[in-house]
Amino acid sequence: MADEMKIGAYICKGCGLGERLDIAQLTQIAEREGKAQVVKEHDFLCSAAGVDTIRKDIEGEGVNHVVIAACSRRAKAEAFNFEDVAVSRANLREGVIWSQPDTDEARELTQEMAADYVRMACAETQAMHVPQPNPNHGSNKRILVVGGGISGLTAALEAARAGYETLLVEKTGELGGMTARLHKRVPDAEPFAEPQDTGLAELIQAVNDHGRIKVYLNATLSRTSGAPGQFSVDISTESGSTQTENVGAIIQASGFTPYDAGRLDYLGYGKSPDVVDQLGLEELARAANGGPIKRPSDGKEVQSVAFIQCAGQRSDKEGELAYCSGHCCNTSIKQAMYFKDANPDVDTMVMYTDLRTPGNGEDFYRSAQRKGVIFTKGQTSEVSADGGLKVKFKDLILDEDVEIERDLVVLATGQVANAGVDIEAAGGAPNLEGEEDEEGAEGAEATAGGNGEETGVSVLNLTYRQGKDLPHLRHGFADSHFICFPYESRRTGIYPCGPVRRPMDISQAIEDATGAALKAIQAVENAALGRAAHPRSGDLSYPSFRKEGCTQCKRCTVECPFGAIDEDEQRYPVFNEGRCRRCGTCMGACPVRVISFENYSVDTIGAQLKAVDMPDEFDEKPRILVLACENDAYPAIDMAGMNHVEYSAFVRVIPVRCLGSVNTIWVSDAMNSGYDAVILMGCKRGDDYQCHFVKGSELANYRMSKIGDTLQQLNLEPERVITYEVAITDIHRVPDLINEAAKVVDEIGMNPFKGF
Amino acid sequence: MTDVVATNETILVVGGGISGMTAAIEAAECGKEVLLVERSPALGGRVSQLYKYFPKLCFPTCGLEINLRRLKANKRIRVLTLAEVEKIDGESGNYTVSLKVHPRYVNENCTACGACAEAVSSEIDNPFNYNLDKIKAAYLPFNMAYPQRYVLDPSIVGTAEGEAAKAACKFDAIDLDMKQETLTLTVGAVVWATGWKPYDAARIQPYGYDRIANVITSVEFERMKDPFGPTGGKLLRPSDGKEAKNIAFIQCAGSRDRNHLTHCSRICCMASLKQSTYLTEAYGDDEAAKATIYYIDIRAIDRFEDFYKKVQDDPKVSFIKSKVANITENQSNGNPVLHGVNTEGYHRYDNEHDLVVLAIGMEPGADIKAVAPDVSTDVSGFIQVHEDNGGIFGAGCASNALDVNRSVQNATAASLRAIQVVNRVAGAEA
Repeated sequence: MADEMKIGAYICKGCGLGERLDIAQLTQIAEREGKAQVVKEHDFLCSAAGVDTIRKDIEGEGVNHVVIAACSRRAKAEAFNFEDVAVSRANLREGVIWSQPDTDEARELTQEMAADYVRMACAETQAMHVPQPNPNHGSNKRILVVGGGISGLTAALEAARAGYETLLVEKTGELGGMTARLHKRVPDAEPFAEPQDTGLAELIQAVNDHGRIKVYLNATLSRTSGAPGQFSVDISTESGSTQTENVGAIIQASGFTPYDAGRLDYLGYGKSPDVVDQLGLEELARAANGGPIKRPSDGKEVQSVAFIQCAGQRSDKEGELAYCSGHCCNTSIKQAMYFKDANPDVDTMVMYTDLRTPGNGEDFYRSAQRKGVIFTKGQTSEVSADGGLKVKFKDLILDEDVEIERDLVVLATGQVANAGVDIEAAGGAPNLEGEEDEEGAEGAEATAGGNGEETGVSVLNLTYRQGKDLPHLRHGFADSHFICFPYESRRTGIYPCGPVRRPMDISQAIEDATGAALKAIQAVENAALGRAAHPRSGDLSYPSFRKEGCTQCKRCTVECPFGAIDEDEQRYPVFNEGRCRRCGTCMGACPVRVISFENYSVDTIGAQLKAVDMPDEFDEKPRILVLACENDAYPAIDMAGMNHVEYSAFVRVIPVRCLGSVNTIWVSDAMNSGYDAVILMGCKRGDDYQCHFVKGSELANYRMSKIGDTLQQLNLEPERVITYEVAITDIHRVPDLINEAAKVVDEIGMNPFKGF
Repeated sequence: MTDVVATNETILVVGGGISGMTAAIEAAECGKEVLLVERSPALGGRVSQLYKYFPKLCFPTCGLEINLRRLKANKRIRVLTLAEVEKIDGESGNYTVSLKVHPRYVNENCTACGACAEAVSSEIDNPFNYNLDKIKAAYLPFNMAYPQRYVLDPSIVGTAEGEAAKAACKFDAIDLDMKQETLTLTVGAVVWATGWKPYDAARIQPYGYDRIANVITSVEFERMKDPFGPTGGKLLRPSDGKEAKNIAFIQCAGSRDRNHLTHCSRICCMASLKQSTYLTEAYGDDEAAKATIYYIDIRAIDRFEDFYKKVQDDPKVSFIKSKVANITENQSNGNPVLHGVNTEGYHRYDNEHDLVVLAIGMEPGADIKAVAPDVSTDVSGFIQVHEDNGGIFGAGCASNALDVNRSVQNATAASLRAIQVVNRVAGAEA
């Protein structure tokens, strides 16, 4: 940043730009209005020769700000990928000539569009700086794994095998977790026909023998602070000692707790010792060790057993689990085989509503059928224990009520995630009102700290302002619920894996833990280079703030979707750049506009919208500003251009990192500058959110719901500011939305602030 | 000649669908050198042909956009399209790979301006839409195709059409003399992410896919709902182009069946539940719109149960527990008629529908054994985790019938295993 800014503007004449536009005028604008010291036209800018022209100017002429007036930023991204310079793209192809009719009448408005995009790109680059890596980055590359069950053991071993030092913290005195309580596991290899050894002993041995893994037993995390590359954790052992360790990333493999079968008294649990849950049956099978399984009440060899699937699961009943735990069908099949393999005459019946054995589980299911296990589609209503165990159920195939007697009943209960404190229930998480006062913050601590019973015991004990653990999803599982990006939690550098994030079996947990090990390694490697993690991977910019202007309102600390911002004693924000995902939500939140990124700030956008040449009120040329999310809405507009879907020439589009980064000042600036309407286009919000920054779109919508007051003060119609949820596939809808806005402007008239 | 630099510290990822892209990008973002090869002209794979994902009903191209941006920004990934692996020899940490690269007839000068397509009039079957419509013989495979570069179909090379395309290009991007090439490279580890293909529906003879026009597969139905699909986003049945409102979904079409695929393909129940929501999207409250799902078990596993409940609450959707025995065609109106027994209460039915969608099963997209015979697979051809596999790792649907989320999880794990290999190589050589 030391050098003086030297702007080079490069205007392409290819792909019809030269024929459709007055390039000479654009050149003049870049020179005179855009203050570009070097301006060059090129017939084919993305060609090797074109790119070379730019590169030579960067290397030889000291150009450090490059304006490419050509195609969309989504096209030819690799060709125009110059390091250590600021690059702005004026989208003249998809955004202008491809979205406008090629007619003589359209020529004037098309040229105005192109001219404005050149002005905007020049204005943007003038407000930009070339980002340098975050100087506060940490370069600790050790990986901490929380939980010593199959997921945690796998994660630790796989990370160590990739060459990384690893710490494994287990709260009990032994490694192995739930898997250690199993007699055998469901098979994971051909022919998928028999229960197989869990392989746990070998895994534990490998972990214990590995030189790069350090194991803490009887230990929990009593305090976790810091950021990727520089976490500091206090590991407290049962004996009372505490050790502080520094690590670069954290894998949370805190597993699950079996659902409390004691709540299922209508299924006989607690009424008879011969009603057990699946773990109870594993205990009996381990005791039998391949011999006949005996029932707990009197030690008699079991002759008949019923497995009741979905016990307390897939249920609407209060206190029961609404979801399916995924593994239980295969587990019951395996357990039925324990009986059949010891004595084929044992009557084993699995009672289910949907038998769920995906993939090769189907082979296992068939194997059980061959062994004579009976599968009955039925709904169990009751298990009574008076004078022998009786199972009452409705046989859904025969459509009749049936009662059978059994020696033993096994309840297939579900998995409950050990996800720690529900920080949203505890009050530490984002609150859309953004007006949380001191009492709120204190209250949150009191709830989280003092009421462990209700909100769970913390796993991570994060010192984060937004709470001690990862945010929970529906049903109490830890992040994430992206389909394409299953590991992206809302706490950078902390990756949940295994049943803490969704119910799963051993095979899946092993896979999940291996993937989580990669993400942890990636986090420490990125942190060491001071750059962002997914989805803005590699971004070097990071937020900074001017303390003098800050009013300690705490909006940024409350609204950050990733819990990246803490507060100091005076309640000023403390940015943990390593935790930041560069969405800019804090920048959008800040009422006094003191937060910015080197290459993305209130100024880079503000300057663009002000750079547009605003026609006089009587020219009948309205101007509509679109602030479009760069992840979905902008690509949709872009693809509309690629498909030559036409839209109003009055529109000027500015991509934003996330709608959450939109500061309301942009909207009032736009109104004061004479725009006739402002459209905000962001991703779907709500339960099935599609926002890549989780809350950005929702926060923007909330902020815009308050903009009405501002408009009223200006005496402007509220219809002038519109927020839309737009998907990347809205290639035909987006032009319609733009055209509708143009129609609205036509009806309500021009913005009277033009020319002031 | 295609110029590729690879060493035994390079990870080769085979397949550019979501699993391969994930494995490649995740490894590159850990600082590893990656070569990503894809058989077709563009990355994106089968998920890019889906209209929506379950259970959020969001759009696959949304995640593709993010992945493409990550990929474009990362200089450690080299992408080769139209490339197929012919042979893998060697051992973990030191493989020799032969690649066949097919000619695209369009070089990197292409700006995707579309002039060649305008100049060409001949059309070919559109593979992106499962050949249900036509596309110009000079084409961009789909809106989000990467590389964003046109392709010339070999059928017009050597014809006047090919010359016309060349003449229309102002950027000297069309090279009609391009030839097939064979490359031999050294890599340290291989992630095999060649995805899946739909089971051949015609082989399920009783369902008449090859005889009855209005029996289609779930992947074809998916293209129909897409605005850029063969019917422009409308649910039009093939026989007469009429709107299909009374639609049957048949589960386990080819799966869980000893005569076809023995495994459960995992995704099909959720896919049909998802597709049943397309009716509401298409027809709103129209009472004529009905989805009937014929199933053995609804496998809406783990958190997907919520979605199943939501669909069960939809009055348009009903469920019949039955493996449909066979389908005949009502000759008067082209309607398929489903015959079978509802096992709940044992009721026979002969149900007529406008359209039948077969929830088609999944089989491996490519045969790993043809290029690396020692790799361990299950009976369906999916790659098993096995020590004999050395430094070759299955990812996504090459390793099992998986949904998107599980594929990404699986591919991330495979990517780590490949990193372990190249890190060992680097460590040994350091």
